[in-house]
Amino acid sequence: MLELARMDGLAAQAQSLEQSPLSVRGMTVSYGQKPAVFSVDMTVVEGSMTAIIGPNGAGKSTLLKAALGVIKPLAGRAMVHGKPLNGQRHRIAYVPQRASVDWDFPTRVIDVVLMGLYRELGLLRRIKVVHMNKAMACLDRVGMSDFADRQIGQLSGGQQQRVFLARALAQGADLYLLDEPFAGVDAATEKAIIDVLKGLKAAGKTVVAVHHDLATVRDYFDRVFLINTRKVAEGPVETTFTAENLNLAYGGRLAMAQIDQLELAAG
Amino acid sequence: MLFDALLLQLGYNATLVTIGAAFLGVSAGVTGTFLFLRKRALVSDAISHATLPGVGIAFMVMVALGGDGRSLPGLLLGSAVSAWVGLLCVNWLTRKTRLAEDAAIGAVLSVFFGFGIVLLTIIQTMSAGRQAGLESFLLGSTAGMLWNDAIVIAGGGVATLAVVLALRRPMGLVAFDPEFASASGLNVARIDLAIMGLAMAVTVVGLKIVGLILIVAMLIIPPVAARFWTDRTDQVVVLSGIFGGASGYVGAALSASAPALPTGPIIVLVSFTVFAMSLFFAPGRGVLAAALRHRRFQRRVHMRQGLLALAQGQPIYERFTLSLLRRAGLAHADGVVTETGRARAAKALRDEKRWELVRADQALEGAAALYDGMRELETVLTADQIAEIDRRIGGPKEIGV
Repeated sequence: MLELARMDGLAAQAQSLEQSPLSVRGMTVSYGQKPAVFSVDMTVVEGSMTAIIGPNGAGKSTLLKAALGVIKPLAGRAMVHGKPLNGQRHRIAYVPQRASVDWDFPTRVIDVVLMGLYRELGLLRRIKVVHMNKAMACLDRVGMSDFADRQIGQLSGGQQQRVFLARALAQGADLYLLDEPFAGVDAATEKAIIDVLKGLKAAGKTVVAVHHDLATVRDYFDRVFLINTRKVAEGPVETTFTAENLNLAYGGRLAMAQIDQLELAAG
Repeated sequence: MLFDALLLQLGYNATLVTIGAAFLGVSAGVTGTFLFLRKRALVSDAISHATLPGVGIAFMVMVALGGDGRSLPGLLLGSAVSAWVGLLCVNWLTRKTRLAEDAAIGAVLSVFFGFGIVLLTIIQTMSAGRQAGLESFLLGSTAGMLWNDAIVIAGGGVATLAVVLALRRPMGLVAFDPEFASASGLNVARIDLAIMGLAMAVTVVGLKIVGLILIVAMLIIPPVAARFWTDRTDQVVVLSGIFGGASGYVGAALSASAPALPTGPIIVLVSFTVFAMSLFFAPGRGVLAAALRHRRFQRRVHMRQGLLALAQGQPIYERFTLSLLRRAGLAHADGVVTETGRARAAKALRDEKRWELVRADQALEGAAALYDGMRELETVLTADQIAEIDRRIGGPKEIGV
């Protein structure tokens, strides 16, 4: 009986892994001797919009990068629909932090978006009209098609962020991972980005974003993942985005007054 | 003489060297572009200095095996092996220890070079080493270059170029955004190694002509010069190849046209000339263009501020502003506005108001992004759009425009 129940549990777990566009198990990442992320499990729900939230230095970006194999984790693994990440990368699009690149690099807006087509183009295939049209369409979706020929350094921070998003759109993935897409952008950009993300969700895609602004979590996302080196909580906004969980994640760093303003679900 | 040299009329050796240098220049320029874009220019310095022990060891091995010891392919093979070891050392030190890359480069460069000099000194005391002439690898020596040497150099250059062209996309992607590249499934460490390995290949191929001390210049100066002319990676690559090839060709021809002009250093000086020209005269990023642009901009700012001051009846304190207005016939020397000045000033003020609305309007974000305080509204919006804005400003404001 017990054996049967255990196997049932395993089967259920395997099924949830298969359905999840990105699942992380036992992930530990360490810079030096101090783990930035410790033994974290995360199961992204297909078709959801998930915010990864937590205080500064809680390992939000690190978790994302480790899940993508950009950083090598000390332990743990990431799976895409229950399969190893390699071989499934075409299903994932990534928007890194804007500050992670040199914006004086000699490249135009359109060239950056074309980088999203790297898998399609491979090493030697020529860039044809089809590819250009595709890239322009992606720029259009973020409202940046007028800027296609600009050198990327001439853009404002918000415009740069939108170009990064257009590049991810060009990848044509099912799962979009964004590292602080709203950091330091203007209101117009924030609206443009959230419109695109909501459009992706409406099309059945999955979105995961590292997010800073607790005030907008409720409007933008339907699931949250709270982390502070260790996983604090994971689930739908209504049940998981609670004062109790925020206190657990942020410790004393969040004043009660701030939490009160968030119209949280009754924990 | 120089003319003859440029037309390859100065004899067999000069022709070989000139053509070889041109091939080397193209592949060095193209390869160096990715080093430069990846911000690893100085790694090539460590690589090039790390070739020296390999040259010494290869010589000793070839002599010990009863061979000539001076065979170029053998020496190049030896230099490639030790350069590769040096490269791996830099890589390992940077990745696995807390040493910063510049420190790792400094350490590897000096240790390998020192060891190489020791080997060269020992070789000079060997009976077979008297006329080895290995020190020519320091600064290059093209006298007595053979047909086979030229083939090795040209072949190596072409092969390197082919690999660079095949890998240009992943290398460009890694140089711009390594995190994104890695998330897309590219092995960043391996592509970095390819960039360095290609630079190493160019270094080894170039040892005979420019020598290990100056090869860095051929890898780095052409892309830096090319960067002044364009904002596109592919164009930087092509231009850098052209600059490198032309510098190699002209430099080698120059040095052949007169006695006692060393080939390698002359090539470097020629490419420096290209760099200096680019630095000053390139449109867009060049120093001269930037200065001109700044001056023109300054004039427009003063003109605009002056007009707005006139329109609002404010006094003009700055002499430069006043003299600009006077020369344009918009104001008198005492700062009193002229008839034309009055009309222009009114239009300036009106444009300012129009811009205010454009910049506050979400729907006109594209146009608002072009706002710099002076741009004519007519250049960014249609007449209809402007009419719509005027309607919003409201009121009878027809001015004799």
